[in-house]
Amino acid sequence: MKKFKLNLSRNALSESKLLFPIIVLMLILLFDFIFIPGFFKIENRDGNLYGSVIDIMRNGSIVSLLAIGMTLVIATGGVDLSVGAVMAISASVAGILMNPSALKNEVFFVTDPTYTFQPLWVVILVPLIVAIICGIWNGMLVAFMRIQPMVATLILMIAGRGIAQLITNGLRVQITYRPFSLIGQGWFILPVSLYIVFVMLLITWAITRRTAIGMFIESVGINDRSSFFSGISEKNIKLMAYTFCGFCAGIAGLVACSNIKTSDANNIGLYTELDAILAVVIGGTSMAGGRFSLVASVIGALVMQAVTQTMYAVGVPAFALTAIKAVVVIIVILLFSDQVRNVIRGLGTQKNEV
Amino acid sequence: MSEANNYILTMEGIDMAFPGVQALENVDFTLKRGEIHCLMGENGAGKSTLIKVLTGVHKPDAGKMILDGKVIHTKSPLHAQSLGISTVYQEVNLCTNLTVAENIYIGREPRRLGSIDWVKMNINATNLLKRLLNVNIDVSKSLGTYTVAIQQMVAIARALDISDAKILILDEPTSSLDLQETKQLFMVMRKLKSDGVGIIFITHFISQVYEVSDRITVLRNGKLVGTFETKALSRFELISKMIGRTLADLDEMTNIKLKTSKRIQSEPVLEAKNFGRAGEIKPFDLELHAGEVVGLAGLLGSGRTETASILFGVDRPDTGSMIFNGKSVSDYSPLGSIKRGVALCPEDRKAEGIVDDLTVRENIILALQANNGWLQYLNLQDQYELADKYIKMLNIATPSADQPVKNLSGGNQQKVILARWLATNPQVLILDEPTRGIDVGTKAEIQKLVLELADEGKACLFISSELEEVLRTSHRIAVLREREKVAEFSGEIDEHKIMHTMAGSSE
Repeated sequence: MKKFKLNLSRNALSESKLLFPIIVLMLILLFDFIFIPGFFKIENRDGNLYGSVIDIMRNGSIVSLLAIGMTLVIATGGVDLSVGAVMAISASVAGILMNPSALKNEVFFVTDPTYTFQPLWVVILVPLIVAIICGIWNGMLVAFMRIQPMVATLILMIAGRGIAQLITNGLRVQITYRPFSLIGQGWFILPVSLYIVFVMLLITWAITRRTAIGMFIESVGINDRSSFFSGISEKNIKLMAYTFCGFCAGIAGLVACSNIKTSDANNIGLYTELDAILAVVIGGTSMAGGRFSLVASVIGALVMQAVTQTMYAVGVPAFALTAIKAVVVIIVILLFSDQVRNVIRGLGTQKNEV
Repeated sequence: MSEANNYILTMEGIDMAFPGVQALENVDFTLKRGEIHCLMGENGAGKSTLIKVLTGVHKPDAGKMILDGKVIHTKSPLHAQSLGISTVYQEVNLCTNLTVAENIYIGREPRRLGSIDWVKMNINATNLLKRLLNVNIDVSKSLGTYTVAIQQMVAIARALDISDAKILILDEPTSSLDLQETKQLFMVMRKLKSDGVGIIFITHFISQVYEVSDRITVLRNGKLVGTFETKALSRFELISKMIGRTLADLDEMTNIKLKTSKRIQSEPVLEAKNFGRAGEIKPFDLELHAGEVVGLAGLLGSGRTETASILFGVDRPDTGSMIFNGKSVSDYSPLGSIKRGVALCPEDRKAEGIVDDLTVRENIILALQANNGWLQYLNLQDQYELADKYIKMLNIATPSADQPVKNLSGGNQQKVILARWLATNPQVLILDEPTRGIDVGTKAEIQKLVLELADEGKACLFISSELEEVLRTSHRIAVLREREKVAEFSGEIDEHKIMHTMAGSSE
């Protein structure tokens, strides 16, 4: 016990961001293993794998995608509240490109799974470009206009859903086009959305850690003035982070609307910005900016999803879910704070004296 | 009065270890009532750590502290304060976005009917500053609008005003004060001393030690060297006790300077013409030659830092032009400067120099990497090689290159920043107060290094508030007064002449 505490207080926790979220995830899974029979059962249907654990990863893929982008933004010392709204915009654009009937103000149910107004690559590319433009907008406000990140991104958080509604003329757009729905619903041994998360994680990791970008982001997040003096264009770094975050939100929007076969401007991505921020915080990145770990953030997203899934499994009613989630988040964040760690450390040393 | 009663504070056998460093080892320290006691030592000697143990920032691994006859365990600076131990830290620890009055009374604002009595607070603050420090400023303006010197004074006023201090700790309060302000501070210190307050004074200015202190305690590498009566210890003895060896660097420096002055190129590397920015520095002409150290002398607020900022492109000039290696310059930005081969060690190490959570290695490669661009990431092996090279070359005391730079002492942080710029292999090196808050040994090391760099063919602009230091290192000296370049001296430089020029008085 004493040794464990020593590890906890000195290096292990502060040095490795990964260790802690993994421990939390393990604890939750351990709880599931003990209390929920068959939680770890994985079924093989026609070569595709199904099961609760896979559901956690699949349902967590949207928040994971957001958390990847959010990590970079938070590491620069900012925050992006608009990712949920950007998801809705991206979904609306994709929906309208496949089924433009809403523009003529007529609800037109397409049932043909091969019908689409524009080819698949346009349906995917255009929403992503729009999402990137949203990210650039945020980045410009924060980096060049020097508006505080929370205020700057609040603008698009509020306005974004309105824009999404305008795009779809205030209607919900049905998506029937089969190839597109594979993004969110498809299975290739594992769910397709898992591959998307994995590829995004890999690409982002490579961009940040195989180039100097990661260090620049951390440097700007820790001390933007010193970074500027060292020749790092802190404005461009911030712009890049917000742009990339917008891009990630765009992908998450596509996954979300493909999953529910509807682009619903009112509900897609609702409150996901908060989940994404929490995932990053659980992953150990400080809201003040600085050191970050992408993998830890994705594990943070899985922690959030595992909690949700577990609560469903043990029969907590859906309306009480957010309260339980909040408790878990509070515990995790408390364990991260220096104050609490000092208390733990103090307990350890006092015992030694006795 | 018995001997024991005479001491207001006794610290015995203090041990303190950080990961990889034994910061304090069996250190004893005593403080008498009504005494000014200097704590001396090089960077990393353990002065700041000892103070932090006393004020409850760190919990010592061993040892006990007796305040006024009672054993105490300080738990936090706030707790220490309530016991009567007030501190003014090395770097100003105030909120620059709050007003002066708010900074002084934060946490203990005068109240009326439960809400803060702003009027009373402002009046109290004005009176306090006037009474204690004889400073007359508008206390309702935010602290950030004042100079570092004034901010320091506010910090001192705050520390003095909190409770009735039995012990006042001044951790390098004078490093950013000018002569006049230092004198004011000493007056306040003597007054407090006569009131029976014990003052622990940390400074790097040897002359100040002899001006005010009664006793001196010297630390070296976390160990106690001894406590001495100031009168009984000569300056030379003090310095040799601090650095553990004798200083023969001075003569060596003069030799290097004479030797290098022959190698100064006639064509300037950097030539600023009518260069200026309204409100910062009036238009000036300045030439920097390869192989030459140009000193920039002037009082606090004379525009030294502003000159450095504008030359490096932190601020854009609004008049004039710059010619670099014969080519006219158009890109005025830090990155543009780095690409040209200009480097700036900024004055404010904490805010503009180090990136405290990054490692020593990352801090060293930062500017070079910015120059190379984000795509050409130095591979890890090269990074370590580079870091190790400079750790060795500049004698940076760190357990490893992977140590976060915030764990290093001030002087070593300064060396890391120097390393950052040397790694970019600059042609022009602007050093703004590179020796601020640094011990004597490292100071001499850095001064020598500057001359060596000039010898290698770099052009250096050396800025310091210590005229003696400027004189010692510079081949040529430009003097600033009230944000204007007023004169330039070269050849045999007369110290008095420069002082008169700085002050604006006739001889």
